[in-house]
Amino acid sequence: MTKALLVKQGDNVATSLDRLARGEQVSLAAGGTALEVRLAEDIAFGHKFAVRPIAAGEPILKYAETIGLATRAIAPGEWVHVHNVESVRARGDRAPGGAR
Amino acid sequence: MSVSFQGYRRADGRVGVRNQVAILSAMDNTNPSAQRIAAMVAGTVVLSTPFGRTQIGHDFEMTRKTLAGLACHPNIAAVIVLSLSLESGADLARSARASGKPVACLGLQECGSALAMTMEGVKTAAGFVVAASEIAREACPFAELTVAVECGGSDTTSGLASNPTLGQFADRFIDAGGTIILSEPAEFMGAEHILAARTVQPEDAERIRRMVGWFEEEAARAGVDMRGTNPTPDNIAGGLSTLEEKSLGAIVKGGTRPIVEVIGYADAPSRRGLVIMDTPSAACESMTGLVGGGAQIVLFSTGRGNAIGAPVAPTVKVTGNPNTARAMAENIDLDVSGIIARGESIEAHADRLWTEVFKIAQGKLTRCEVLHEEQLSVSRFGPSV
Repeated sequence: MTKALLVKQGDNVATSLDRLARGEQVSLAAGGTALEVRLAEDIAFGHKFAVRPIAAGEPILKYAETIGLATRAIAPGEWVHVHNVESVRARGDRAPGGAR
Repeated sequence: MSVSFQGYRRADGRVGVRNQVAILSAMDNTNPSAQRIAAMVAGTVVLSTPFGRTQIGHDFEMTRKTLAGLACHPNIAAVIVLSLSLESGADLARSARASGKPVACLGLQECGSALAMTMEGVKTAAGFVVAASEIAREACPFAELTVAVECGGSDTTSGLASNPTLGQFADRFIDAGGTIILSEPAEFMGAEHILAARTVQPEDAERIRRMVGWFEEEAARAGVDMRGTNPTPDNIAGGLSTLEEKSLGAIVKGGTRPIVEVIGYADAPSRRGLVIMDTPSAACESMTGLVGGGAQIVLFSTGRGNAIGAPVAPTVKVTGNPNTARAMAENIDLDVSGIIARGESIEAHADRLWTEVFKIAQGKLTRCEVLHEEQLSVSRFGPSV
């Protein structure tokens, strides 16, 4: 079975479809693109990992849409989640008088 | 494609898939009587809210409209309205009667006591249920139904397997002449441009942006980062990192057809096709609005697992997560996890969903119905005074 899914060509993250272990080699394909990624850490079922280098502040792309921005540089195979991605919407904490 | 199913043709012309007698409590203080009556009489369903006294303005109107929508719902054969006094239940009873179904009204003060009203209600309900059991199903166009799509306990499998399955069902159902309602605009955030581009009426694109904008302003007013509230902690544990990611996966369940109408909470669609309803993203409140607006069946996609169903309308639970399909098997009507576990096609699972919905429309019971996993929750739009 497929270990992970790259939804759209050009996405910079893929979704794990299994419990994947650090060091595993994962083959991905979407549209005309084929990629090989070695996992830099364990990736839980349903969680995402980078398929190419992502710079701090760069959009995270899934479904060929922006799902958030990288809060730091992310290397291929690294887990991509709330610790290194932030939402750019509904950030009331940044509104005048917000929590931050 | 004109497919018929066996349904209940009501006096107002609408089609039902169930034939229950509603015990409608017009206010909080008659809820215990409604519960007692329903516990004593088979074939009944309670319609109640924990509120109903001293609500004012828009909030009062919305509660009233939702309860009236549920009472008039074509899945309901007859209604008993309970209230503290006959006067205070008269308005809801009038609305229910307009649908042409048998309606009885009981006032606690007129009956003399809560137990006296309970016994009167039991006698009336028993008669209504026996009479309703004589109503026969007849051939009705399948596409006359309105099907609502909902998701809860989402994870990344929702956007990759179960929601796309619902989305393909939605496209086919609309192509056959049916109506699909997609709701929860807060979960359009980050994906609203995709929906806005599909509106038929130009003002609806702006309405969609405004609904999402309102939610973003609420977050600003509260001074909070919505993450942790939405996506919820279980969404995040399931791999969803941001609300944008959740939204992009969530809107897929409405399919890809043009959006013909944008309506308010518990409003009935006036056009056939894909309709958007403005509801909060709490599933029980959203489903209550969807069914209050007339949806006869709800399709509910879940990832991490969420067992709850709508009141009045059978709720079909669908999961694409293999772990949830195993752990929650008794709550799941359709397991589409083969899409992820075995690379099976979404088309094949949409076929299975079509067959399942058809059977449920004709009387096959859902897991929510059998296990009483149903919660009516009318949204509040202001405080009581």
